[in-house]
Amino acid sequence: MSESAIHNPQSAMSITMRLNGVEVSVSVSAADRLLDTLREGLGLTGTKEGCGEGECGACTVWLDGLPVCACLVPAYQARGRRVDTVEGIDAATLSPYLESGATQCGACTPGVVMTAEWIRAHQDLLATHSIRELMAGNLCRCTGYDGIVDAIERATADGGRPR
Amino acid sequence: MQRREGLAKLTGRERYVDDLPLDDFLWGATVRSPAPRGRITAVRFGPAVDWGEFVVVDHRDVPGPNCVALIETDQPVLAADRVRHVHEPVVLLAHRSRSALRRAVAAVEITVAAETPVLDFRAAPRPEQVQYGADNVFKHLRIEKGDVERALAAAPVVVEGTYETGAQEHVYLETQGMVARLEGDVLVLEGSMQCPYYVLKALTHALDRDVTRLRVIQAPTGGGFGGKEEYPSHLALHAALLALKARRPVKIVYDRAEDMAATTKRHPARIRHRTGVTRDGRLLAQDIAVLMDGGAYVTLSPVVLSRGIIHAAGPYACDHVRIDGRTVLTNAVPFGAFRGFGAPQTLFALERHMDVVARTLGIDPVDLRRRNLLRDGQSTATGQVIRDGADREAVLDHALTLSAWSEKRDAHRIFNAGDPVRRRGIGLATFFHGAGFTGGGETALRSRVHVAGLADGRVEVRTANIEMGQGTLTVFTQIAAARLGLAPADVVIAPADTARVPNSGPTVASRTTMIVGGLIERACDDLRRAAGLAPDTMGAALGAGLVRWHDRHPGSEPVGVAEYERPPGVAWDDATYRGDAYGTFAWGAYVAEVEVDLRTCATRVLDFVAVQDAGCIINEALARGQIQGGVVQGIGWALLEECRWADGAMANAQLTNYLIPTAADVPPIRVAFRETPYPLGAQGAKGMGELPLDGPAPAIVNAIADALGVEPTEIPVTPERLMAIADLGLRIAD
Amino acid sequence: MSVLLPASRAEVLAILAGHPEAVPIAGGTDLLVHWPAQVERHDRAYVDLSGVADLGPLRWTDDALVLGARTTYWDVIQDRRAAIEFPLLVAAAREVGAVQIQARGTWAGNIVNASPAADGVPALMAYGAVVVLQSLAGTDEVSLDRFYTGYKQMRRRPDQLVTAIRVPRAARDVQAFEKVGTRRAQAIAKVGLAVTRESGTWRVVAWSVAPTVRRCPAVERLLADGMPIGGPWDLLPAIDQDVTPIDDVRSTAEYRRHTLARVLHHTLRDHWGRA
Repeated sequence: MSESAIHNPQSAMSITMRLNGVEVSVSVSAADRLLDTLREGLGLTGTKEGCGEGECGACTVWLDGLPVCACLVPAYQARGRRVDTVEGIDAATLSPYLESGATQCGACTPGVVMTAEWIRAHQDLLATHSIRELMAGNLCRCTGYDGIVDAIERATADGGRPR
Repeated sequence: MQRREGLAKLTGRERYVDDLPLDDFLWGATVRSPAPRGRITAVRFGPAVDWGEFVVVDHRDVPGPNCVALIETDQPVLAADRVRHVHEPVVLLAHRSRSALRRAVAAVEITVAAETPVLDFRAAPRPEQVQYGADNVFKHLRIEKGDVERALAAAPVVVEGTYETGAQEHVYLETQGMVARLEGDVLVLEGSMQCPYYVLKALTHALDRDVTRLRVIQAPTGGGFGGKEEYPSHLALHAALLALKARRPVKIVYDRAEDMAATTKRHPARIRHRTGVTRDGRLLAQDIAVLMDGGAYVTLSPVVLSRGIIHAAGPYACDHVRIDGRTVLTNAVPFGAFRGFGAPQTLFALERHMDVVARTLGIDPVDLRRRNLLRDGQSTATGQVIRDGADREAVLDHALTLSAWSEKRDAHRIFNAGDPVRRRGIGLATFFHGAGFTGGGETALRSRVHVAGLADGRVEVRTANIEMGQGTLTVFTQIAAARLGLAPADVVIAPADTARVPNSGPTVASRTTMIVGGLIERACDDLRRAAGLAPDTMGAALGAGLVRWHDRHPGSEPVGVAEYERPPGVAWDDATYRGDAYGTFAWGAYVAEVEVDLRTCATRVLDFVAVQDAGCIINEALARGQIQGGVVQGIGWALLEECRWADGAMANAQLTNYLIPTAADVPPIRVAFRETPYPLGAQGAKGMGELPLDGPAPAIVNAIADALGVEPTEIPVTPERLMAIADLGLRIAD
Repeated sequence: MSVLLPASRAEVLAILAGHPEAVPIAGGTDLLVHWPAQVERHDRAYVDLSGVADLGPLRWTDDALVLGARTTYWDVIQDRRAAIEFPLLVAAAREVGAVQIQARGTWAGNIVNASPAADGVPALMAYGAVVVLQSLAGTDEVSLDRFYTGYKQMRRRPDQLVTAIRVPRAARDVQAFEKVGTRRAQAIAKVGLAVTRESGTWRVVAWSVAPTVRRCPAVERLLADGMPIGGPWDLLPAIDQDVTPIDDVRSTAEYRRHTLARVLHHTLRDHWGRA
């Protein structure tokens, strides 16, 4: 970033981010949300749009390791940052979710997995937060939440996994 | 068996309509009426847009009749000269750029010469508000058993009550979406839907196009709950019209606000009860009046009313019943199917009223249910004799035991006496839900299923019933695998594509497992016949037999066929509304424990027990998930979900302002099944997808009544509503 | 639509001085709501604060917890000392939306968004926070109490950036936070109350019941004077002096008024009638 930033409003730019562990460059418009860049710019359709207002969490991704709603992140704010999406989750570790019925229609599921896997990698949070409080930003209309909460209890009972 | 497509969903690899790759397409969008009723006097295209860049479609572009074929033909594809509700589609636009499209939609001005709308379904319309018949009542149904007037007159005690339920928005996490594209001469529609053949029918009708030049494919669907039963036909027609005019693929995906505001919701209802009872709580007479808001177009309202009134008197034995049901036309955005389909509304009223009756008589609400629950040999309000062998009292007892009903009541008495700001209560509901289409409906559907033998020895199940999270793919796999002795991996479920599967009916009415699953079993049996195999051929022998058949008949395949047959002894009279309304009922007893905060009048559900007898359970994990999900939808409907109206349209069309439960708002839902096999259902199963919507609202409101000693009659019981009716001891008197 | 990407605080201030119409954006959790449909918001210039390193994280001094321009709710939730010394900040942060919002939403953004239903502002106001505003013309400090002058109106010139929020450290023997929403998470407050007492001085802050988050001086006087209070209804005259709840899409004026009275009464039940 240089002095020219002051006099150089940008309506489109190329950004580089560390996406699922790999350096990726992509063109974004100033009006793009990170959600749009992931789905349309990069063809990563695992992240879903459920509401566009940060209420449902279907678009949850990790930004510098924290779960955020990609519908509320301007694409340009991902420059130089770490972004992790559901495509980067190792499928081999997802059996607790399968066994506990954490998914039904699947529309909320990628967002749920991203928040749940973040909890799994930060189990010290469970000393101060309940699973339900941590998952309150992921709306589900199918499961009634038991399948999701049971899955996370199962996943955190086995000691989590290294990340 | 674990959910078959579970890993694809967990990894984000399952592709919904908006995820499907699509080349060189246009986005489509809808310009809608700003007024609830009137004559369109002008459609103006603003000067700041280059309209030459856009594809523009209006009612004149509809090749066939301008109507979306459903039960009636009253609803236009696009409004021509009149509008009957806010958000009614008038003009369609398409453009390559979604943002240009959004600006363009805002630049089209539709002028309506307003006429007086009807916005309150409870009030008798003024002459200038009448839009149907003499009084806007477009459906009137009646159930009569015995002589209710005489029985009421003779009853020692008569208890009256009026109850209201509000609209409910589906909030499937995947919004409505559809793609239309031409493949040669075939117009292909692919999208989020519950009923591919409903969409096909609507397309052939309004596009005046032969089925051979149409194809409808269900894409993986992110939730439906009835909201994608009929609405996708509209979206398909919109996308089709744009695609035909543009000669390019067109994709329409609603954003959440448009989806909530413009698509269907659960019918609001008002139900009045007059109940005659003996002093010890035996039901003598039930006089019930059901009124539903039918919105601006008929859609599925007559069938919702039908199911609503059939369930309105509940799972009880009573010799004298009259249920009068009316649905009235208003200028609200049309209402439609939502899980439960009329029964949650009438069962809320009934079960709330049963507690009022109990309290009036001074008897225990549990005893009142026990005294009146149907026993085998007794008949429902339509005269259907129940003899399925289910022990309904045992379902109730199981729920009471699991919920620790008596212990909790005792504990609450102590708690409530001591706590300065909280009150706890416990409430129950006993109820039922008929599986499959009402009366002659299943016969009229003539559902058909194919099971084909593939060249490699696997089989392919071909139905039009779709997966939307309820577990269709998995349960169908289990049914076919069990019937043929195959491993699940050797059963292929064909995509619900009208070019490949027969019409097995819609994915609604809790029919998919019980009825269509049953057809799959029969089609599996017929496959053996078609492949020239002995009726007891199973497993590896079956696979080998199919391979041999293919070797002998290259270019062909053996197909087992099954078509629905009405079970013997099931008789329904549509004219008198008497007889066997459903092949069978599932039975439920739910218990809710709540805590009310006297400072805020907010209600928290502390514990919820859901016990049901839905026949044999084919997949326990999936069935449990269905009950838990349905219960939480019911909790939302009872406490949180309120549609606020402006001109008959939803004013709070955002997830910030229309609140569904989060994980933090509900307790674990404790589920138990009692299994009395239903011989005519696949593997002894009954339908149960909708059952869990019937119990939660009355159980919760009964619990609130127990906690506070008030009688709420309307849901949602929001804190504001509860404050208005409760004397909390801390009430402000100013 | 355009965005400027400054790398330093000095660059931000230079941009705002030259382009007062440019909109600073931090976490975006207010600005980006329903973004594709908000076409009028696209025709603006934004100043992205996310790449500005010297808009620093939160830091502790002897006198205060100083929140930076980009300090999020999550930063405070994770700070162990905040949990001990400023429990109302942690309580407020935990009740903002859900984790995904807490990870992005900033305290400074909450202040300048100026919503009457803001959750961060009341906790800060209850602690007597001071807003630090910088521009090329210098530094201004305004106590949060006096920062709002009307609905969505504040003492911030367009060329000023909120660069810090100073929250004074002190011994407070009463601290209470009550947010009444329809849900237990992801809820906009219908009624809110944040209260502290420091060396006998009361700060009672209410939100969602007036055009701005505000102190309740009449209620504070009742507490300071030790007026005996029989029940919630005795608080209504003071409440009616301090706040003006309305009917809106989320709730009603009557509900807000009565609930505020009951919550206030119960929360401070040990303190009414004792000066």
